[in-house]
Amino acid sequence: MSADQELDARGLNCPLPILRAKKTLNDMSGGQVLSIIATDPGSVKDFEAFAKQTGNELMESREEGGEFHFLIKKRA
Amino acid sequence: MSEKKMAIIATKGTLDWAYPPFILASTAAALGFEVQIFFTFYGLQLLRKNLNLKVSPLGNPGMPMPMAMDKWFPVLGTAIPGMESIMTMMMKQKMKSKGIATVEELRTLSMEAGVVMIGCQMTVDLFDFNPNDLIDGIEFAGASAFLSFAGDSDITLYI
Repeated sequence: MSADQELDARGLNCPLPILRAKKTLNDMSGGQVLSIIATDPGSVKDFEAFAKQTGNELMESREEGGEFHFLIKKRA
Repeated sequence: MSEKKMAIIATKGTLDWAYPPFILASTAAALGFEVQIFFTFYGLQLLRKNLNLKVSPLGNPGMPMPMAMDKWFPVLGTAIPGMESIMTMMMKQKMKSKGIATVEELRTLSMEAGVVMIGCQMTVDLFDFNPNDLIDGIEFAGASAFLSFAGDSDITLYI
């Protein structure tokens, strides 16, 4: 599926991927989907916790060639 | 959904110890927490407009050093003048190469995310701080103000 916004967080370390994602989500509308690419292995657990805590849905989390891809749907 | 709260006391003024309060504060704010940091004693250095934070290998056996110097370099050698500056420079380079934010960056992000920063008035008086040397947008208060917020907090940390 295609995302409404994309965020390239490659090369960034904790906590920057989460902070950038939060900032990007702030400018999006409820129900829209944000796609994120990161290289920080810690971001896998961090985005799970972020979604749980903020109520935004983590629709997808997968690794591909050493990069981590996430899809987050903004809470309505 | 009632907002969670986190209260932090920041007491240390070195480069390495500047990270935990700002990383946790900025992240908690992103998670929707209401956050206050109370900067006291050496922690007040973290509020300076011009940060000049250092990291010291002296008395810090846990600090990894370049060329595994922590394994063979004499402990007293870490007291040589200039070592602190060299180690600080190397640490900053390493952080940059690993994509780690600067302290200034995390502090700004925390501020933008609504983290409330409070300078300890007693420390300002004790060390003759000039409030004009500190960043804008901070408050000054004492132990009672911190405790009033901390008493209602879900997380309280002393760093």
